[in-house]
Amino acid sequence: MLSKRIIPCLDVAHGRVVKGVQFVDIIDAGDPVEAAIKYDQQGADELTFLDIRASHESRGTLYHMVTEVAEHVFMPLTVGGGVKALADIEGLLHAGADKVSINTAAIFTPELVKQAAERFGSSTIVVAIDAKSVDDHWECFTHGGRKPTGINAVEWARRMSDYGAGEILLTSMDADGTKNGYDIPLTRAVADAISANVVASGGVGTLEHMAEGLKAGGADAVLAASIFHFGTYTIDEAKQFLAAQGIPVRQIKGYSE
Amino acid sequence: MGNLHSVAKALEKVGGQVELVSDADALKNYDRIVLPGVGAFRDCVAALKESGMDAALKEQLAAGKPFLGICLGMQVLMDVSYEFGRYPGLGLIPGAVKPFPADHPQRGFKIPHMGWNDVVISAAKETHPVLAPLAGSQVYYVHSYCCMPANPEHLLAACSYGDYPFAAAIGRDNIVAVQFHPEKSQRAGLALLEAFHQWNP
Repeated sequence: MLSKRIIPCLDVAHGRVVKGVQFVDIIDAGDPVEAAIKYDQQGADELTFLDIRASHESRGTLYHMVTEVAEHVFMPLTVGGGVKALADIEGLLHAGADKVSINTAAIFTPELVKQAAERFGSSTIVVAIDAKSVDDHWECFTHGGRKPTGINAVEWARRMSDYGAGEILLTSMDADGTKNGYDIPLTRAVADAISANVVASGGVGTLEHMAEGLKAGGADAVLAASIFHFGTYTIDEAKQFLAAQGIPVRQIKGYSE
Repeated sequence: MGNLHSVAKALEKVGGQVELVSDADALKNYDRIVLPGVGAFRDCVAALKESGMDAALKEQLAAGKPFLGICLGMQVLMDVSYEFGRYPGLGLIPGAVKPFPADHPQRGFKIPHMGWNDVVISAAKETHPVLAPLAGSQVYYVHSYCCMPANPEHLLAACSYGDYPFAAAIGRDNIVAVQFHPEKSQRAGLALLEAFHQWNP
Protein backbone atom coordinates (compact mmCIF):
# COMPACT_ATOMS: atom_id res chain seq x y z
CA MET A 1 0.00 0.00 0.00
CA LEU A 2 1.21 3.48 -0.83
CA SER A 3 2.56 5.10 2.32
CA LYS A 4 1.74 8.58 3.50
CA ARG A 5 4.93 10.62 3.42
CA ILE A 6 6.60 12.49 6.28
CA ILE A 7 8.68 15.36 4.95
CA PRO A 8 10.99 17.50 7.07
CA CYS A 9 11.28 20.96 5.57
CA LEU A 10 14.52 22.85 5.79
CA ASP A 11 14.24 26.58 5.22
CA VAL A 12 17.57 27.74 3.87
CA ALA A 13 19.17 31.12 3.34
CA HIS A 14 22.64 31.62 1.87
CA GLY A 15 23.21 27.84 2.04
CA ARG A 16 22.38 27.57 5.76
CA VAL A 17 19.28 26.08 7.43
CA VAL A 18 16.98 28.56 9.15
CA LYS A 19 13.40 28.37 10.37
CA GLY A 20 11.10 31.32 10.47
CA VAL A 21 8.29 31.56 12.99
CA GLN A 22 5.38 33.08 11.08
CA PHE A 23 8.09 33.99 8.54
CA VAL A 24 9.68 36.54 10.90
CA ASP A 25 12.33 35.82 13.65
CA ILE A 26 14.88 33.58 11.98
CA ILE A 27 17.04 31.23 14.05
CA ASP A 28 20.06 29.46 12.61
CA ALA A 29 19.60 25.70 13.03
CA GLY A 30 22.48 24.25 11.14
CA ASP A 31 24.20 22.89 8.11
CA PRO A 32 21.98 21.51 5.31
CA VAL A 33 24.11 18.46 4.52
CA GLU A 34 24.34 17.42 8.17
CA ALA A 35 20.62 17.94 8.63
CA ALA A 36 19.87 15.92 5.49
CA ILE A 37 22.05 13.05 6.69
CA LYS A 38 20.34 13.12 10.08
CA TYR A 39 16.89 12.90 8.49
CA ASP A 40 18.05 10.23 6.05
CA GLN A 41 19.21 8.11 9.00
CA GLN A 42 15.90 8.68 10.79
CA GLY A 43 14.04 7.41 7.72
CA ALA A 44 12.43 10.62 6.48
CA ASP A 45 10.52 9.86 3.29
CA GLU A 46 11.63 12.96 1.48
CA LEU A 47 13.29 16.31 2.13
CA THR A 48 12.16 19.77 1.11
CA PHE A 49 14.50 22.75 0.94
CA LEU A 50 13.01 26.20 0.60
CA ASP A 51 15.36 29.08 -0.08
CA ILE A 52 13.66 31.92 1.77
CA ARG A 53 16.24 34.52 0.76
CA ALA A 54 16.45 33.50 -2.86
CA SER A 55 18.00 36.05 -5.14
CA HIS A 56 19.70 35.95 -8.48
CA GLU A 57 23.08 36.31 -6.76
CA SER A 58 22.48 33.37 -4.41
CA ARG A 59 21.44 30.88 -7.16
CA GLY A 60 24.92 29.41 -7.38
CA THR A 61 25.04 28.86 -3.62
CA LEU A 62 21.72 27.02 -3.73
CA TYR A 63 22.75 24.79 -6.66
CA HIS A 64 25.96 23.94 -4.86
CA MET A 65 24.05 23.09 -1.68
CA VAL A 66 21.61 20.83 -3.58
CA THR A 67 24.46 19.00 -5.29
CA GLU A 68 26.22 18.47 -1.96
CA VAL A 69 23.06 17.12 -0.33
CA ALA A 70 22.26 14.85 -3.30
CA GLU A 71 25.72 13.32 -3.07
CA HIS A 72 25.17 12.36 0.56
CA VAL A 73 21.56 11.21 0.79
CA PHE A 74 19.68 8.94 -1.57
CA MET A 75 16.10 10.09 -1.16
CA PRO A 76 13.71 12.41 -2.98
CA LEU A 77 14.61 16.09 -2.72
CA THR A 78 12.26 18.98 -3.40
CA VAL A 79 13.78 22.44 -3.74
CA GLY A 80 12.01 25.78 -4.02
CA GLY A 81 12.47 29.47 -3.51
CA GLY A 82 12.85 32.17 -6.13
CA VAL A 83 12.05 29.87 -9.05
CA LYS A 84 11.05 32.23 -11.86
CA ALA A 85 11.89 30.57 -15.16
CA LEU A 86 12.36 27.23 -16.89
CA ALA A 87 16.12 27.80 -16.60
CA ASP A 88 15.85 27.92 -12.79
CA ILE A 89 13.97 24.60 -12.78
CA GLU A 90 16.46 23.01 -15.14
CA GLY A 91 19.33 24.28 -12.98
CA LEU A 92 17.87 22.79 -9.80
CA LEU A 93 17.01 19.45 -11.42
CA HIS A 94 20.48 19.32 -12.86
CA ALA A 95 21.98 20.09 -9.45
CA GLY A 96 20.22 17.02 -8.04
CA ALA A 97 16.68 18.07 -7.09
CA ASP A 98 13.93 15.59 -7.94
CA LYS A 99 11.14 18.12 -7.71
CA VAL A 100 11.13 21.88 -7.98
CA SER A 101 8.62 24.02 -6.14
CA ILE A 102 7.23 27.12 -7.85
CA ASN A 103 5.45 29.72 -5.73
CA THR A 104 5.15 33.41 -6.60
CA ALA A 105 6.16 32.94 -10.23
CA ALA A 106 3.19 30.62 -10.78
CA ILE A 107 0.85 33.42 -9.68
CA PHE A 108 2.40 35.95 -12.07
CA THR A 109 3.11 33.49 -14.91
CA PRO A 110 0.75 30.49 -14.69
CA GLU A 111 1.95 29.30 -18.10
CA LEU A 112 5.33 28.60 -16.53
CA VAL A 113 3.77 25.65 -14.67
CA LYS A 114 2.28 24.25 -17.87
CA GLN A 115 5.53 24.64 -19.78
CA ALA A 116 7.56 23.17 -16.93
CA ALA A 117 5.28 20.12 -16.62
CA GLU A 118 5.50 19.52 -20.36
CA ARG A 119 9.27 19.93 -20.46
CA PHE A 120 10.30 18.17 -17.25
CA GLY A 121 7.28 15.98 -16.43
CA SER A 122 4.46 16.49 -13.92
CA SER A 123 6.22 14.48 -11.27
CA THR A 124 9.01 17.08 -11.07
CA ILE A 125 6.76 20.12 -10.68
CA VAL A 126 5.37 21.25 -7.33
CA VAL A 127 3.30 24.40 -6.95
CA ALA A 128 3.53 25.95 -3.50
CA ILE A 129 0.41 27.77 -2.35
CA ASP A 130 0.42 30.09 0.67
CA ALA A 131 -3.23 30.42 1.62
CA LYS A 132 -4.94 32.62 4.18
CA SER A 133 -8.55 32.69 5.29
CA VAL A 134 -10.37 35.74 3.91
CA ASP A 135 -14.09 36.09 4.64
CA ASP A 136 -15.68 32.75 3.73
CA HIS A 137 -12.86 31.36 1.57
CA TRP A 138 -9.09 31.03 1.30
CA GLU A 139 -6.96 33.33 -0.77
CA CYS A 140 -3.46 32.95 -2.22
CA PHE A 141 -0.82 35.24 -0.75
CA THR A 142 2.69 35.96 -1.97
CA HIS A 143 5.89 37.32 -0.47
CA GLY A 144 5.80 35.12 2.61
CA GLY A 145 2.15 35.85 3.29
CA ARG A 146 2.38 39.64 3.10
CA LYS A 147 0.74 40.34 -0.26
CA PRO A 148 -2.82 39.29 -1.09
CA THR A 149 -3.55 38.26 -4.68
CA GLY A 150 -7.33 38.07 -4.70
CA ILE A 151 -7.04 34.52 -6.08
CA ASN A 152 -9.20 31.78 -4.52
CA ALA A 153 -6.75 29.20 -3.22
CA VAL A 154 -8.87 26.11 -3.91
CA GLU A 155 -9.62 27.21 -7.47
CA TRP A 156 -5.96 28.04 -7.93
CA ALA A 157 -4.92 24.57 -6.76
CA ARG A 158 -7.33 23.03 -9.27
CA ARG A 159 -5.93 25.16 -12.08
CA MET A 160 -2.33 24.31 -11.19
CA SER A 161 -3.20 20.60 -11.05
CA ASP A 162 -4.87 20.91 -14.46
CA TYR A 163 -1.76 22.68 -15.77
CA GLY A 164 0.26 19.60 -14.86
CA ALA A 165 1.68 20.23 -11.39
CA GLY A 166 2.20 16.81 -9.84
CA GLU A 167 2.01 18.10 -6.31
CA ILE A 168 0.62 21.03 -4.36
CA LEU A 169 2.57 22.18 -1.31
CA LEU A 170 -0.22 23.80 0.65
CA THR A 171 0.77 26.12 3.48
CA SER A 172 -1.80 27.74 5.72
CA MET A 173 -0.49 31.21 6.55
CA ASP A 174 -3.00 31.37 9.41
CA ALA A 175 -1.67 28.20 11.00
CA ASP A 176 2.02 28.54 10.15
CA GLY A 177 4.15 28.95 13.25
CA THR A 178 1.24 28.51 15.67
CA LYS A 179 1.81 24.81 16.47
CA ASN A 180 -1.98 24.51 16.68
CA GLY A 181 -2.26 22.06 13.79
CA TYR A 182 -2.72 22.16 10.02
CA ASP A 183 -5.71 24.02 8.60
CA ILE A 184 -7.82 20.90 8.11
CA PRO A 185 -10.79 22.43 6.21
CA LEU A 186 -8.37 24.09 3.77
CA THR A 187 -6.37 20.90 3.29
CA ARG A 188 -9.49 18.80 2.77
CA ALA A 189 -10.99 21.32 0.32
CA VAL A 190 -7.86 21.24 -1.84
CA ALA A 191 -7.34 17.46 -1.57
CA ASP A 192 -10.91 16.85 -2.71
CA ALA A 193 -10.65 19.35 -5.57
CA ILE A 194 -7.57 18.10 -7.41
CA SER A 195 -5.98 15.00 -8.93
CA ALA A 196 -2.43 16.04 -7.94
CA ASN A 197 -0.82 15.06 -4.63
CA VAL A 198 -1.29 17.38 -1.66
CA VAL A 199 1.35 18.11 0.96
CA ALA A 200 -0.07 19.74 4.10
CA SER A 201 2.10 22.41 5.68
CA GLY A 202 1.98 25.02 8.38
CA GLY A 203 1.02 24.72 12.03
CA VAL A 204 2.09 21.24 13.07
CA GLY A 205 2.94 21.05 16.77
CA THR A 206 2.13 17.48 17.74
CA LEU A 207 1.96 14.05 16.18
CA GLU A 208 -1.84 14.16 16.49
CA HIS A 209 -1.73 17.11 14.11
CA MET A 210 0.05 14.95 11.53
CA ALA A 211 -2.58 12.25 11.85
CA GLU A 212 -5.33 14.87 11.39
CA GLY A 213 -3.65 16.29 8.27
CA LEU A 214 -3.46 12.85 6.70
CA LYS A 215 -6.84 11.53 7.81
CA ALA A 216 -9.30 14.43 8.14
CA GLY A 217 -7.27 16.64 5.80
CA GLY A 218 -6.86 13.93 3.18
CA ALA A 219 -3.26 14.96 2.47
CA ASP A 220 -0.84 12.57 0.77
CA ALA A 221 2.08 13.87 2.80
CA VAL A 222 2.76 16.13 5.76
CA LEU A 223 5.53 18.67 5.99
CA ALA A 224 7.05 19.78 9.27
CA ALA A 225 10.05 21.81 10.30
CA SER A 226 10.60 22.91 13.87
CA ILE A 227 9.16 19.85 15.62
CA PHE A 228 11.84 17.80 13.88
CA HIS A 229 14.61 20.39 13.79
CA PHE A 230 14.52 20.99 17.52
CA GLY A 231 14.17 17.32 18.35
CA THR A 232 10.66 17.45 19.80
CA TYR A 233 10.01 14.24 17.86
CA THR A 234 12.08 12.00 15.62
CA ILE A 235 10.74 10.86 12.26
CA ASP A 236 10.60 7.34 13.65
CA GLU A 237 8.45 8.44 16.61
CA ALA A 238 6.12 10.18 14.18
CA LYS A 239 5.82 7.05 12.06
CA GLN A 240 5.19 4.75 14.99
CA PHE A 241 2.45 7.08 16.19
CA LEU A 242 0.83 7.29 12.75
CA ALA A 243 1.05 3.53 12.23
CA ALA A 244 -0.73 3.02 15.55
CA GLN A 245 -3.51 5.28 14.20
CA GLY A 246 -3.90 2.94 11.22
CA ILE A 247 -2.21 5.32 8.78
CA PRO A 248 0.02 3.56 6.23
CA VAL A 249 3.60 4.73 6.71
CA ARG A 250 6.94 3.28 5.73
CA GLN A 251 8.72 1.81 8.72
CA ILE A 252 12.42 1.23 8.55
CA LYS A 253 13.58 -2.18 9.69
CA GLY A 254 16.15 -2.07 12.44
CA TYR A 255 16.04 1.69 12.90
CA SER A 256 17.34 2.84 16.22
CA GLU A 257 18.15 6.29 17.47
CA MET B 1 19.55 15.43 -15.69
CA GLY B 2 19.51 15.13 -11.93
CA ASN B 3 18.33 11.57 -12.18
CA LEU B 4 21.45 10.46 -14.06
CA HIS B 5 23.63 12.16 -11.50
CA SER B 6 21.78 10.51 -8.61
CA VAL B 7 22.05 7.06 -10.16
CA ALA B 8 25.77 7.53 -10.75
CA LYS B 9 26.36 8.74 -7.19
CA ALA B 10 24.37 5.87 -5.69
CA LEU B 11 26.28 3.29 -7.75
CA GLU B 12 29.56 4.87 -6.65
CA LYS B 13 28.35 4.69 -3.06
CA VAL B 14 28.09 0.89 -3.34
CA GLY B 15 31.52 0.53 -4.94
CA GLY B 16 30.81 0.94 -8.64
CA GLN B 17 32.91 2.94 -11.06
CA VAL B 18 30.50 4.81 -13.26
CA GLU B 19 30.91 6.43 -16.64
CA LEU B 20 28.26 8.13 -18.71
CA VAL B 21 28.31 6.57 -22.17
CA SER B 22 26.99 8.53 -25.13
CA ASP B 23 29.01 6.77 -27.86
CA ALA B 24 27.25 3.53 -28.84
CA ASP B 25 30.51 1.90 -29.96
CA ALA B 26 31.95 2.36 -26.46
CA LEU B 27 29.20 0.35 -24.75
CA LYS B 28 31.11 -2.90 -25.26
CA ASN B 29 33.96 -1.62 -23.05
CA TYR B 30 31.93 -1.88 -19.83
CA ASP B 31 31.13 -4.77 -17.50
CA ARG B 32 27.55 -3.86 -16.76
CA ILE B 33 24.97 -1.45 -18.08
CA VAL B 34 22.46 0.77 -16.26
CA LEU B 35 19.78 2.64 -18.17
CA PRO B 36 18.03 5.26 -16.04
CA GLY B 37 15.52 7.58 -17.58
CA VAL B 38 13.20 10.43 -16.94
CA GLY B 39 11.05 12.14 -19.50
CA ALA B 40 8.79 10.89 -22.24
CA PHE B 41 8.88 7.39 -23.73
CA ARG B 42 8.86 8.52 -27.35
CA ASP B 43 11.79 10.93 -26.89
CA CYS B 44 13.83 8.37 -25.01
CA VAL B 45 13.40 5.63 -27.63
CA ALA B 46 14.08 8.14 -30.43
CA ALA B 47 17.30 9.24 -28.73
CA LEU B 48 18.44 5.63 -28.27
CA LYS B 49 17.80 4.92 -31.94
CA GLU B 50 19.38 8.11 -33.22
CA SER B 51 22.61 7.44 -31.34
CA GLY B 52 22.69 3.79 -32.41
CA MET B 53 22.52 2.91 -28.72
CA ASP B 54 19.50 0.64 -29.27
CA ALA B 55 21.48 -1.74 -31.50
CA ALA B 56 24.56 -1.59 -29.28
CA LEU B 57 22.43 -2.30 -26.21
CA LYS B 58 20.73 -5.30 -27.84
CA GLU B 59 24.12 -6.66 -28.89
CA GLN B 60 25.54 -6.34 -25.36
CA LEU B 61 22.44 -7.85 -23.75
CA ALA B 62 22.54 -10.78 -26.18
CA ALA B 63 26.18 -11.27 -25.15
CA GLY B 64 25.00 -11.69 -21.54
CA LYS B 65 26.08 -8.42 -19.95
CA PRO B 66 24.21 -7.62 -16.71
CA PHE B 67 21.65 -4.87 -17.30
CA LEU B 68 19.58 -2.72 -14.95
CA GLY B 69 16.79 -0.50 -16.29
CA ILE B 70 15.26 2.12 -14.01
CA CYS B 71 11.80 3.70 -14.44
CA LEU B 72 11.66 4.86 -18.05
CA GLY B 73 14.74 2.70 -18.60
CA MET B 74 12.45 -0.23 -17.74
CA GLN B 75 9.53 0.91 -19.87
CA VAL B 76 11.58 1.28 -23.07
CA LEU B 77 12.37 -2.46 -22.95
CA MET B 78 8.76 -3.26 -23.82
CA ASP B 79 7.22 -3.70 -27.30
CA VAL B 80 4.99 -0.67 -27.21
CA SER B 81 3.91 2.28 -25.06
CA TYR B 82 0.65 4.19 -25.03
CA GLU B 83 2.14 7.33 -23.48
CA PHE B 84 0.91 10.35 -25.52
CA GLY B 85 0.06 8.09 -28.49
CA ARG B 86 1.33 4.68 -29.53
CA TYR B 87 5.06 4.25 -29.88
CA PRO B 88 7.22 1.17 -30.36
CA GLY B 89 9.83 0.33 -27.72
CA LEU B 90 12.97 -1.79 -27.92
CA GLY B 91 11.02 -5.08 -27.80
CA LEU B 92 13.39 -6.78 -25.37
CA ILE B 93 10.54 -7.84 -23.05
CA PRO B 94 7.18 -8.67 -24.70
CA GLY B 95 4.30 -6.53 -23.50
CA ALA B 96 2.99 -2.97 -23.33
CA VAL B 97 3.32 0.19 -21.24
CA LYS B 98 -0.07 1.54 -20.17
CA PRO B 99 -1.40 4.32 -17.92
CA PHE B 100 -3.14 3.76 -14.61
CA PRO B 101 -6.93 3.54 -15.06
CA ALA B 102 -8.45 6.90 -16.03
CA ASP B 103 -10.80 6.90 -13.02
CA HIS B 104 -7.99 6.32 -10.51
CA PRO B 105 -7.84 9.95 -9.25
CA GLN B 106 -11.63 10.04 -8.73
CA ARG B 107 -11.29 6.95 -6.59
CA GLY B 108 -8.73 8.69 -4.41
CA PHE B 109 -5.53 7.51 -6.05
CA LYS B 110 -3.59 10.52 -7.23
CA ILE B 111 -1.58 10.46 -10.44
CA PRO B 112 1.40 10.27 -10.68
CA HIS B 113 1.80 7.33 -8.31
CA MET B 114 4.36 9.09 -6.14
CA GLY B 115 5.85 7.85 -2.92
CA TRP B 116 6.91 4.75 -1.03
CA ASN B 117 5.16 1.51 -1.86
CA ASP B 118 5.74 -2.23 -1.67
CA VAL B 119 7.79 -4.50 -3.86
CA VAL B 120 6.40 -8.02 -3.67
CA ILE B 121 8.82 -10.46 -5.22
CA SER B 122 7.18 -13.19 -7.30
CA ALA B 123 7.13 -16.56 -5.52
CA ALA B 124 9.35 -18.21 -8.11
CA LYS B 125 11.85 -15.32 -8.04
CA GLU B 126 12.40 -14.89 -4.30
CA THR B 127 16.02 -15.91 -4.60
CA HIS B 128 16.75 -13.54 -7.49
CA PRO B 129 20.14 -12.14 -6.43
CA VAL B 130 19.35 -8.53 -7.36
CA LEU B 131 15.87 -8.37 -5.83
CA ALA B 132 16.23 -10.60 -2.77
CA PRO B 133 17.74 -7.79 -0.62
CA LEU B 134 14.51 -5.82 -1.02
CA ALA B 135 12.29 -8.35 0.76
CA GLY B 136 9.99 -6.56 3.21
CA SER B 137 11.13 -3.03 2.26
CA GLN B 138 9.25 -0.22 0.57
CA VAL B 139 10.80 1.66 -2.33
CA TYR B 140 10.23 5.05 -3.96
CA TYR B 141 8.02 5.24 -7.06
CA VAL B 142 7.24 8.17 -9.35
CA HIS B 143 5.33 7.23 -12.49
CA SER B 144 2.04 7.48 -14.34
CA TYR B 145 2.54 4.50 -16.67
CA CYS B 146 3.14 0.83 -15.93
CA CYS B 147 4.73 -2.13 -17.71
CA MET B 148 2.43 -5.05 -18.49
CA PRO B 149 4.68 -7.98 -19.42
CA ALA B 150 2.91 -10.49 -21.67
CA ASN B 151 4.80 -13.45 -20.23
CA PRO B 152 4.22 -14.01 -16.48
CA GLU B 153 7.73 -15.50 -16.33
CA HIS B 154 9.10 -11.98 -16.91
CA LEU B 155 7.32 -10.53 -13.89
CA LEU B 156 9.92 -10.48 -11.11
CA ALA B 157 8.04 -8.36 -8.57
CA ALA B 158 4.69 -6.61 -8.28
CA CYS B 159 3.17 -3.61 -6.53
CA SER B 160 -0.40 -2.35 -6.18
CA TYR B 161 -1.65 1.21 -6.32
CA GLY B 162 -5.14 1.16 -4.95
CA ASP B 163 -6.51 -2.14 -6.24
CA TYR B 164 -4.51 -1.89 -9.45
CA PRO B 165 -1.53 -4.26 -9.62
CA PHE B 166 1.45 -3.44 -11.81
CA ALA B 167 4.98 -4.65 -12.46
CA ALA B 168 7.50 -3.36 -9.92
CA ALA B 169 10.31 -5.34 -11.55
CA ILE B 170 10.63 -7.33 -14.75
CA GLY B 171 13.44 -9.25 -16.35
CA ARG B 172 14.90 -12.37 -17.82
CA ASP B 173 18.37 -13.90 -18.00
CA ASN B 174 20.82 -11.00 -17.53
CA ILE B 175 18.13 -8.28 -17.57
CA VAL B 176 16.56 -6.68 -14.49
CA ALA B 177 14.42 -3.58 -14.73
CA VAL B 178 12.56 -1.76 -11.99
CA GLN B 179 9.76 0.79 -12.01
CA PHE B 180 10.87 2.42 -8.74
CA HIS B 181 13.98 4.51 -8.15
CA PRO B 182 16.67 2.59 -6.25
CA GLU B 183 18.80 5.75 -6.27
CA LYS B 184 16.05 7.45 -4.22
CA SER B 185 15.07 4.49 -2.04
CA GLN B 186 17.62 5.02 0.72
CA ARG B 187 19.01 1.81 2.24
CA ALA B 188 16.73 -0.55 0.32
CA GLY B 189 17.70 1.05 -2.98
CA LEU B 190 21.40 1.00 -2.21
CA ALA B 191 21.07 -2.70 -1.28
CA LEU B 192 19.58 -3.42 -4.71
CA LEU B 193 22.31 -1.45 -6.48
CA GLU B 194 24.99 -3.22 -4.49
CA ALA B 195 23.46 -6.59 -5.40
CA PHE B 196 23.37 -5.57 -9.07
CA HIS B 197 27.00 -4.48 -8.86
CA GLN B 198 27.90 -7.99 -7.60
CA TRP B 199 25.52 -9.88 -9.91
CA ASN B 200 26.93 -12.54 -12.23
CA PRO B 201 23.93 -13.90 -14.15
